[in-house]
Amino acid sequence: MPIGILALQGAVEPHHLKLKSMGVEAVSVRTAEELRNCQGLIIPGGESTTFLKLIHENNLLQPILTFAERQSVWGVCAGSILMAKEVENPPQESLSLVPIRVRRNAYGRQNESFIAVFGLNLPGGSPIRQEGVFIRAPQVVEWEDNVAVLAKYEDKPVALQYRHHLVTTFHPELSESPALHHYFLSLCNSDR
Amino acid sequence: MHKETYWNSESFRLKVGLAEMLKGGVIMDVVDADQAKIAEDAGACAVMALERVPADIRRDGGVARMSDPEMIDRIMKAVSIPVMAKVRIGHFAEAQIIQELGVDFIDESEVLTPADPHNHVYKFAFKTPFVCGATNLGEALRRIGEGAALIRTKGEAGTGDVIEAVRHLRAINKEMATVTQLDDTELMAEAKRLQAPYELVCFVHEHGKLPVPKFTAGGIATPADASMLMQMGAESVFVGSGIFKSEDPARRAKAIVKAVTYYDKPAELLKISSGLGSAMSGLSVGELAEGQRLAVRGW
Repeated sequence: MPIGILALQGAVEPHHLKLKSMGVEAVSVRTAEELRNCQGLIIPGGESTTFLKLIHENNLLQPILTFAERQSVWGVCAGSILMAKEVENPPQESLSLVPIRVRRNAYGRQNESFIAVFGLNLPGGSPIRQEGVFIRAPQVVEWEDNVAVLAKYEDKPVALQYRHHLVTTFHPELSESPALHHYFLSLCNSDR
Repeated sequence: MHKETYWNSESFRLKVGLAEMLKGGVIMDVVDADQAKIAEDAGACAVMALERVPADIRRDGGVARMSDPEMIDRIMKAVSIPVMAKVRIGHFAEAQIIQELGVDFIDESEVLTPADPHNHVYKFAFKTPFVCGATNLGEALRRIGEGAALIRTKGEAGTGDVIEAVRHLRAINKEMATVTQLDDTELMAEAKRLQAPYELVCFVHEHGKLPVPKFTAGGIATPADASMLMQMGAESVFVGSGIFKSEDPARRAKAIVKAVTYYDKPAELLKISSGLGSAMSGLSVGELAEGQRLAVRGW
């Protein structure tokens, strides 16, 4: 089964290109029917407020929540905001899939966007260096003990795992390394 | 920074990165905080802050300049989505001021009165990304060659008539298709013909697309307009006067957002297009005098 990429708005294409380069089948998801045929879902970067409107308008909330009970979901940047339990700056509703508190645009506006390199510890592998492209990025300001921190930048988690879900506040799809896409695939393929 | 190293630089990757985030969305012109909130609530992925929408600039005449930064700042404080603002073609001092203010994208726009009769802003000098209009491939590549991180069709702003946006998008697509068919030997002559940087012509030849996202703008007034341009390969839609000059802006804004997501699903578009109230009345481009055309501005 293909990996789904939520395609309501945002940076869908770079995930398609990345997965294609890895020889992995991917589909854009805009309806509940399209989601049903997927193994794993990527919620990409874009505008979280736009995603929320379109999720409600098109009755996708319950289908995504049901999907997430058994299947892996990866929230990237705006996607991580959607997956957080709590959102601030400003407060907004979310899917509440991961027990973290996320602050929107925590580093500032576009002029404060940046690229940084930090250590990434993926379970089952040795530590690697990961480049992070942070664009008007959110920040994880609180996280519960049962959330695994896979990478930190300046003392704040930037990649986290909770159960079979993955969250990154940066954009691995805009960097060369396919490490996080490979890791997400392994989460999608693991037995539950 | 030297231009040769620019394309892989962090600065350019971050600029194009934000443009990637805006794909599949609607960027709406707003003149105050209330309109900005309406746009955000409707699902806009960004707003363009300006004092007058193009239809009013057209009506009022006179010199159209950068908006008062205080007014742009109020809009930046009112919404959490990215905010863009316009500067005059070639007016690098306006751009410096807008960058200092901290907007997320600068539109070097033909909707305002041009400030330089020969040159556009040297956009490599800025940290803030730029979007520029284009009517054909050569123009698009010249703007990218100056550092633009996003290209939009010019269309004919403030008319509600979509014909020029279609003309420009088709021209860019057709010329890109031609470039991909050429032999390596022909690329320098093609660069000469297009009046475009050679290395960017080579990029199009190799990849069949621009090195930056390609959005559409100018005269879009209905969900069907947005759908048509998306089906023709636009990756996002700017809507200027089309929303707040219509009968029911909030409803139309929501409809156009949805139409961009479901641009290729006629059954959805039928529902989306129904019962929206009247669109902006508009001006037929065919009836505009030559001097009233904005798309001819820019070099």
